[in-house]
Order: sequence, then structure tokens, then C-alpha cells
Amino acid sequence: MKQEYIISAYSENHIGLLNRITIVFTRRKVNIESITASESAIKGIFKLTIVVNDEKEKVVNITKQIEKQVDILKAFYYTNEEMIFQEIALYKVPTKALMETDQLEKMIRQHNARILEITPEYTVIEKTGHKNETQELFNGLTEYGVLQFIRSGRVAITRSPIEKLSEFLIQRDALLAKS
Amino acid sequence: MTAKEKETKRSKQQNVEISGSEAVIRSLIEEGTEIIFGYPGGQIMPVYDALYDYRNALRHILTRHEQGAVHAAQGYARATGKTGVCLVTSGPGATNLITGIADAMIDSTPLVCITGQVASPLLGSDAFQESDIVGISMPITKWNYQITSPDEIPSTIAKAFYIAATGRPGPVLIDITKNAQTGKFKYKYAKCHKIRSYIPEFPVNKEKLNQAADLINSAKKPYLIYGQGVHLSGAEKELKQFIEKTGIPAAGTLLGLSALKTNHPLNMGMLGMHGNYGPNIKTNECDVLIAVGMRFDDRVTGNLKTYAKQAKVIHIEIDPAEINKNVKSDIALLGDAKRILKLLHLLAEKKKHLSWVNEFKDAHEIEMKKVISSDLNPETLGIGMAEVVNKVSELTNSSAVIVSDVGQNQMAAARYSKFTTSRSHITSGGLGTMGFGLPAAMGAKLGIPDREVVLFVGDGGLQMTIQEFGTIAQEKVPVKIVVLNNRFLGMVRQWQELFFEKRYSFTEILSPDFVKVAAAYGIPGQLITKRKDLNKALQTMLESKGPYLIEVMVEKEDNIFPMIPAGASVSDILLCINDIKSSN
Repeated sequence: MKQEYIISAYSENHIGLLNRITIVFTRRKVNIESITASESAIKGIFKLTIVVNDEKEKVVNITKQIEKQVDILKAFYYTNEEMIFQEIALYKVPTKALMETDQLEKMIRQHNARILEITPEYTVIEKTGHKNETQELFNGLTEYGVLQFIRSGRVAITRSPIEKLSEFLIQRDALLAKS
Repeated sequence: MTAKEKETKRSKQQNVEISGSEAVIRSLIEEGTEIIFGYPGGQIMPVYDALYDYRNALRHILTRHEQGAVHAAQGYARATGKTGVCLVTSGPGATNLITGIADAMIDSTPLVCITGQVASPLLGSDAFQESDIVGISMPITKWNYQITSPDEIPSTIAKAFYIAATGRPGPVLIDITKNAQTGKFKYKYAKCHKIRSYIPEFPVNKEKLNQAADLINSAKKPYLIYGQGVHLSGAEKELKQFIEKTGIPAAGTLLGLSALKTNHPLNMGMLGMHGNYGPNIKTNECDVLIAVGMRFDDRVTGNLKTYAKQAKVIHIEIDPAEINKNVKSDIALLGDAKRILKLLHLLAEKKKHLSWVNEFKDAHEIEMKKVISSDLNPETLGIGMAEVVNKVSELTNSSAVIVSDVGQNQMAAARYSKFTTSRSHITSGGLGTMGFGLPAAMGAKLGIPDREVVLFVGDGGLQMTIQEFGTIAQEKVPVKIVVLNNRFLGMVRQWQELFFEKRYSFTEILSPDFVKVAAAYGIPGQLITKRKDLNKALQTMLESKGPYLIEVMVEKEDNIFPMIPAGASVSDILLCINDIKSSN
């Protein structure tokens, strides 16, 4: 059964590594729903968060193939329930709409969104949340004319109190010390 | 030179300003490289220039095509167990390596391929002979890296050799920009022994090991299948000791062949699409299946839905990504085959599974009657591929290293060669690369000059890399070439005969007089059209000191049986053409 999974991969910061990772998906014809990459809490280690919608078996194998890449330290896969995750969306609407009715402002408040910038021509609104939440605001704003819209890839953090990577790093250091 | 003098010379060489090109050569020598296969060109010329000063320390083989270089390096690596090295220029030189790199990746062959690249400021500008070889080779390399500064050269080459040869071996590509080759820096070399993000081998899980031993000890019909991992980890002795203690019958994959002597009483033959009858059907009858250093390739498993469903599967494998990839294992033992077999041997009980082993022997009798006897003693006027292979095996006392190309010649070579020594069977398994054979045989012979190397190649595959006759002649590589000429692309023709109503669509191939072509390069040879001349010709070939070619005109429509049709179950292996007709 297909469902949404979040793959978390920890890597060295090397040119071309993102390409190597996306190739793992491409050659298996698995679509990446979203991808984000940034430095992790551990200095020099980067973290990639990849969202896919597929069968568990396939996700497990893909995670192993990602981990097989020499510059990847470790990769994990999680279900949505195992993680706290957010996306950020930015909406640009005409400022005129904001001035003509208070409904728009009300909508921004109801959705816990915030205004980032107001110019005479446009207003930029920011909202963080799950995709359905940012989509809901988008649907509401379309009535007033959305000039531009962008949604980020997912950022996610585990619910587990243990940082799996830290455990792995301890084991790895022990292994490297032996060799 | 004494050890002290050598050390003094070495320390003098370290920390001296040299060019990136010289650093490439010195680094290769530090890694123990003896032979490199390559082809010069504009963007690698500085390295070739540096090589000129080291030509006595590092032998360079000038192939006639970069594809020849990479296949030769593969043959060298597979025969010796060392890492094969290629050196080529940018653009077309680099892209010509691609087939061989892909082949090495799927067949776990350690290679370090060094490509020249345009100077850093020109990168991405579509400069003359620029290709994004790092991007192109990403999906088919274990690791690749572009060097843009000379001081990166020693550490990158050290890392490349470490990655290529450890864990599950594979090809690594290093792309070096021209400015990195010409720039100078203080050279210092240190071998790589660890990489933060790369763990080539995991410690053996003792609990799982005990579980596996319990399963093996309680099995009634245990069956072991071995792959190339046995060669790669040097576990031949451990494999033999383990099956001898436990009495477990064993069979090899195409790349596993020769890890266990062919005539070992517990060696039941070859698995796979054209493997032996018993080894295939017994997969679906055993109660415990122990897979050692093999990856359950689809040519071995046939239809996965019906593969070994009745058996508990123990998978001994070094690559974590192979566990449960194709076949779900009940117990996965992650790690080096040699270590695991050694430990399993200690826990395993001494047993004999005589009646189970006899079942394999019964199956062998069936195959003997229906396939092998007629293959070896055909009633046809024309010569059969199997009898040629068998004759070579007899005349070499099964001691030769057999290299094959791809197709019917490959399957005949695998089925009818007998092996007494490990690493004696070299072929392109996973990628099935036609054109692999000739350069690979040359590379193998250069790596192991004291052993006889015999190549079986078809008329189609030979013409894909036939230009390597030139390299063989120039370097006087005494490789023995047996061309099995059926005037067809034989394996495709066989499929067309069996599954496409004999519609031989573009498989009939006109070939040159191979003996004359070889002669043009200075390689002697003979054409054999009659069975009565075969023995003597092969003797002449084996007695000759240099390279030698025999072209054997074999039956035009000879088929390779048994056969598991693509997508069928291993239980549905067909022994003859009539089986196919009755199954249709």
C-alpha cells in the first residue's frame, strides 16, 4: 500500500551528492514529493529530508541505496506519525484586496499566517504548516487573486527522544577506532 | 637497494614540489599499481608526459579504444584480485569508458578510472572535448570525484583505491582538470584506511549467526548457493570446509564458478537461466537455502513469486542494500563471506545429507541423458560449441583461466569448462557486455602471465572490440582466442527460434576471415571446419608461445539448453526444444 514516508539522510557536504541521491529515485521511477537540504546540528554534516509516496518495501530499499552512497553517513525512513514536520508557504496577493475588505485580514488571522511585507502593489503572506493547511489558505486567497505562490519542501524532526544519528556516530567511531 | 635506502629515497620524494601529473603517477605507484590500461589525448597529456619518466616503474598498455582499456582493466582485476587502473582523456575518451564502468559496477569489480578534463576556468563552457563525466558516470560508479587543484591528487587517489577495493568492490572515477595536472605542490602520500561516512564491513551479528547455525543444523534439505562474493572475500577454502563438514550440496552462480572445484562431490553445478537442471529445480525443493556472496540476480531466480518459497533463506552478504532487495531472507548475515563462513563452520554440526545429495545426482543424470551427452557427442556433421569448450578443458587439464564474451559462447564456456582453481572464470555477468571478452582476456593474461588464458568469443562479440588484436600483437600478450563462429548473433537467434517463430530479424551476421584479420596483426591462427581437425588445432594453439587464434565454424543453429524462459520459475526449466513446444 502506498503512503507518505519521510527519508532523512545525513551526508558530507560534497558537490554532486544531491544528484547522486536523486538518481537513486529516478532510476526506480519514484517521484520525489519534496526535498530539502541544510546543515544539521552536527557541524559539517548536512541533512536531507525527502518526502515520497510509495510502498514501504520500495522505501526501505531506496533508503538502503541512499545509505550505500559513499558520502552518506546514514539514512532513515519514517512515517508521518513518527515525525513532526512543517512546510512554509509564501503567498503574494494584491494590496488592493487587503484594503477593500477586512475578510482577507480575518482569513490571515484564522490561518495563523502573518504578513511579511506590504507595498502599494502587493502583500506577501507567510504560513507554516502541513501541506493541507497551506493549501487551504491558498484556496481561500484565490478569491482575492493570488499573484504568486510558493511552498517549500518539508522539514522534519523525529518524535523519538533519541537522536538516531548520534547513536550511529558512536557505533561508527567505535568501528573506525578498531580498524 | 636496501630497505633503508628505499625509505630514504621515499622520504626525499615526499614533500618536494612536483606537478599534479607526476603526483598522479607517484600515487598510483604508491598504491602498488603495476599496469595501467589507457589511451592518451589532449586533456590527459601532462599525465602521459609524466608517465614517460616512470615507464620502467609503471607499465602502460596502449589499447586501441578506451572501451578496450576498461575491459582489460576489468579482466586484470578479476584475474588478480587487484584494482584495475585506466587512464584516458576527456570527452569521448572518458565517455568511451562508460560501458566498462557500468559492467564493473554490476559485477563488483574494483577499478580506478582516471580521466583528463578541461582546465577549471573552462568547466561548463562546452569547451573542446569537455563532457560532464562526473555527472554521466554517477549512477554507475561506486564513487567519483573531480579534482581541480593539484594538492587534492594524492588524497583523492588514496581514497579512490580504498573505496574501489573494500566492502563490495566497484569502479571509482577521478576526473582531473588540466590545470590540476600542470600545477605544482608539495607532494606527500598517505594511504587511506578509513572514511568517516563509509563503513565497508560490519561486525558479525552473533545472535543471527547462532540462529543461522540452528537452522542449518536442523535442516533436512539444506542447499548452498555461492556467488562472486566468495572470490572477492577469498572464502574459497572456508566454503569448501563448510560444505564438507555439513554435507550440504552447493551450486554456483555464473560469477561464482571456479570458487569451488567443478568436480568436488558436493558441487552440483551452475545456477541460472542456462544453468544445470538439478541446481535450478532443487532451489524450489530445499528447506534451507544458504546464499553466499550472491545478489539473487533475475537470471538466477527466474520468477521471484515462485522462487524458493518453501525454504528458509539465510543470506550472507557484504552489501546491506542487497539484503531483502530481491529475495526476502529469514536470516541476513551482513559481512564478509570468509569471516561468516569461518564462524558458521564452528557452529555447524557434522552431517551427511546423502539421500538429498542423491536427488541432485538423479537430476544430473536426466540432464546428462537429455542435454549433456548430445552436446558433447553431437550426431550432427557440424561442430558443437560444447565439444570445443570440453576439448579445451581436457587439453588444459582444467587449469586454464576461461574468459568468455557474451551470448551462446559464454553459456557454453560456463557449462562445459571444468575448474580446478579459483578466479578461473571471467565473464560479463550482470551487464552482459558483448565485446568484453577479447580485451578482458588480454588484461587477465597480463595480470597472471604464468597461467593459460583461453578466450571463447562469438563472431558478433569479437567484432565489437576486434581492434584489440593490435594491442595483443604490440604487447605480445600470449592469449589464446577461440572464436565460435555460427554466423549468427547466436543467443538472440536462439530466442527468435524459440519465442519469435524463427523470425531471424537481423541476427545473421557476415564476418571477415578472422584468421586473416588476426594474421594482419601478426597473430597466427587456423580455421577449423571439420571435427577431425579440432583436437590437433587446439593442441597447436596451446603449445604456441604467443597469442593464437582458432576460428571454429560451429553449427549455425546450435542451441543452449537447459533454459529457463524469461520470467518463468526455476522449476520450469526446459531441457530441450520439445519441452518448449509442449509448454506452448
